[in-house]
Amino acid sequence: MSRHSKIYWSGFCVVMALLIVAPLVLPEFWRRFLTEVLIWGLLAMSSDLLIGYTGMISFGHSAFFGLGMYGAAAALLLVSPPNLWLAMGLGLAGAAGAALFVAYFSTRLRDIYFAITTLIFSQIFYVIIFTSTSLTGGENGLIFSRPHFTIPFLYDVRFNGTTLHWFVLAVVTASYLILRRVTQSPFGMVLQSIRENEARTRAIGYPLQRYKIVAVMLSGVFAGLAGVLYAVQNEFAAPDFVYFITSGDTVIFNVMGGIGTLVGPIVGAGFFQLLRELLSRAFGDQFPYLIPLGFIFIVMIIFLPQGLLGFARRWLNR
Amino acid sequence: MNAIAEFFQNIPIDLLLIQTINGIVTGMILALVASGLTLIFGIMDVVNFAHGELFMLGAYVGVVVFALTGNFWLALIASSAIVAILGAAMQILTLRPLIGRDPLNTILATFGISLILQNFVLWQFGPVARKISEPITTHFNLFYLEYPWYRLVIAGLSAAIIGVFWLFLKRSKFGVWIRATTQDRVMAQAMGIPVPWVYTGVFAIGAAMAAASGVLFAPMAGVSHTMGLDWVLKAFIVVVVGGMGSLGGSIAAAIFISLLEAYASIWVSPAQAVIVSFVVLILTLLFRPTGLFVPTPK
Amino acid sequence: MSMAAPRHEQGPAPLVTVDGLHTYYGKSHILNGVSLQVGRGEVVGLIGRNGVGKSTTLKTIMGLVAARAGQISFEGRSITRTAPHRLAHMGIGYVPEDRRIFRLLTVMENLRTGFDREGVTGERKKELLDKVFAYFPVLGERRNQAGGTLSGGEQQMLAIARAMMLEPKIILLDEPTEGLMPRMVSQIHQIIDVLHKEGVAILLVEQNVPLTLEASQRIYIMEKGAMRHHCATSAITIDDPLIKQYLGV
Repeated sequence: MSRHSKIYWSGFCVVMALLIVAPLVLPEFWRRFLTEVLIWGLLAMSSDLLIGYTGMISFGHSAFFGLGMYGAAAALLLVSPPNLWLAMGLGLAGAAGAALFVAYFSTRLRDIYFAITTLIFSQIFYVIIFTSTSLTGGENGLIFSRPHFTIPFLYDVRFNGTTLHWFVLAVVTASYLILRRVTQSPFGMVLQSIRENEARTRAIGYPLQRYKIVAVMLSGVFAGLAGVLYAVQNEFAAPDFVYFITSGDTVIFNVMGGIGTLVGPIVGAGFFQLLRELLSRAFGDQFPYLIPLGFIFIVMIIFLPQGLLGFARRWLNR
Repeated sequence: MNAIAEFFQNIPIDLLLIQTINGIVTGMILALVASGLTLIFGIMDVVNFAHGELFMLGAYVGVVVFALTGNFWLALIASSAIVAILGAAMQILTLRPLIGRDPLNTILATFGISLILQNFVLWQFGPVARKISEPITTHFNLFYLEYPWYRLVIAGLSAAIIGVFWLFLKRSKFGVWIRATTQDRVMAQAMGIPVPWVYTGVFAIGAAMAAASGVLFAPMAGVSHTMGLDWVLKAFIVVVVGGMGSLGGSIAAAIFISLLEAYASIWVSPAQAVIVSFVVLILTLLFRPTGLFVPTPK
Repeated sequence: MSMAAPRHEQGPAPLVTVDGLHTYYGKSHILNGVSLQVGRGEVVGLIGRNGVGKSTTLKTIMGLVAARAGQISFEGRSITRTAPHRLAHMGIGYVPEDRRIFRLLTVMENLRTGFDREGVTGERKKELLDKVFAYFPVLGERRNQAGGTLSGGEQQMLAIARAMMLEPKIILLDEPTEGLMPRMVSQIHQIIDVLHKEGVAILLVEQNVPLTLEASQRIYIMEKGAMRHHCATSAITIDDPLIKQYLGV
């Protein structure tokens, strides 16, 4: 094992150990906080595949997240007893479908136009979900109960705060490892070359649009997974999450944490939520925390565009 | 034969006519907003995500000035001026440092600004919508309705503002500077044109156009902190459908989309009528991605 | 004669002085310690093979390319970090190779970018226009046509006329005769002479050596990003072995 690998994997194990032990020592509030940070982190990580590795900014992730959430909701409401795996399956399918739809149209355009189009499409989904009250509960969303953790015929146990945290951690970690493998694969290399120089990649002969569509779908599927986890954790689905704000938050997590690092966005999500929590504790609930956060965000873009973990970007990708 | 005749008899001609006027009115305001966006994008290659918030801010500043002076036209002028200055400040502080960097950075920066502006307004004014009363309250009779003159006035004003701006671009010194900078930034500098200030000026003008639209629109529907996003989305759709960076295309697209939406709301609810603009966008992307109102490039 | 950094004991007062300029394009070290001087009203030629850095020298003086090291001064003041649009106002005009006129602007509007400056009265603008149309009647004929519709030679004239609108003290002329017919080449020679008579200094980068030797008072020969030789044009002829050495074909 190379020296780099040793350091990397030891670091990985240390972080994992901390995250596993955390719910046992943290008070309830912070335990939930950490679990949610992991979920938002997964969402941001999925977006990093596009922003950091393919060079495409997407403002459409709220749609993928939302469809994962509503897909899971559908499974949990329609089938009794509510089944975790069905929820996942349906959620992922919903997200994948949305991703394919969005990808098909928006990948025709480059850069900025891609970003705008993904934004517009995610708003389309929002409007549809918001107005189809009979199907989706409209404005009020859907409420359902949390499924048990089941291994068919072997095991059936309710989640408690701690075990749910471990489940989320397991899913997020697995996602990270899969995405890492993808970025280091030949496919991932092509994505990165698209980011570096699209024209040249096309000139070499790669069917760009196909690669981009696959990238968007992969990204969408993991975003949907985050949506499923959120639904399972919080036992409700609401159209607010399909609104543009979620996409915007995701991009903020990415930029703050460091694009192109996969773990950076998770750190970014944590940083953002922590700041938000601290600000509201210091100044009260009504304090418009997004104003100082917005300023910090802009300052970071100008002076620290590589984000918190950006300095380690090459190292993390080796 | 009879069924067809019956169908045509059932089309509410009077409603159609009313909606045509409504569509044109909204279309002109949308054209003004989209023109500002196209201007900034065409000349500076900056996608101004904060454009909707400038529209909203313009409306709020209009509310404040109106409350202080009771004069709508003063509110219109003051708001445009104040937001223009704010826009210039925004450009100098956050966009100038990003010149030459990946254009993605400016999208992110303007997005950050939109967050700040939106939350600032929410914080200062609260979530309840505000209103400005119409400056012209007379109506005229359109079929069975009393149609407000005011709406025709805003449509005319928007068109006038766009027209004045177009003349400015073609004739004035600053207009020549803008056009030269757009064509060849380097040689523009070599000719003594202060390019960084041209960019600031263009951004300020775009912001002023957004603010003016906001004030003009305010009496029609009330002012709330979320109005920005809806308008900026539609404006973006207009820019894409009209052909990126084409002023004439944006105007045509704005009216086209607004008309379609106005007709659609005869049969469906307004919330669902917005789907029309989305459908137009999808069709444009599928069949004429360079823009519906632009000649196909060779 | 001398190969060291040129210093003038006699001759006109220095207008532009360049000292030890180093410029890079990415990792490419294009200018390797360039030094030269142009005096008031002087026509100075800069010749050398393709790619030695002649154009880059002009671009660096004009601030269009940033110098990594070295000094540039104008009328005694340092302008190494000054922005191009300020240099234009100070009196440095730039005519790039491939002309780069504003293709979508009319001839008139192209000229406007030059004379629409602070402190230029309406009268003066008219004077400048009349003068330029006298030197370049064809521009007068086409004044409302878009720049892109002009022929190559006409565009070159427009590029020079446009720089003249700045009422510059020095014009940086980059390969004005490139791609022009012989008749136009002599017209360019005439324009350079006229500008010289008006007291405008010119730093002339050219591939056309005979033209440069005739039109300039002094000449620099450049190779691999540095000056290799420098002398008065009276002291050198076209069949000088140095010419063959540095520009030989």
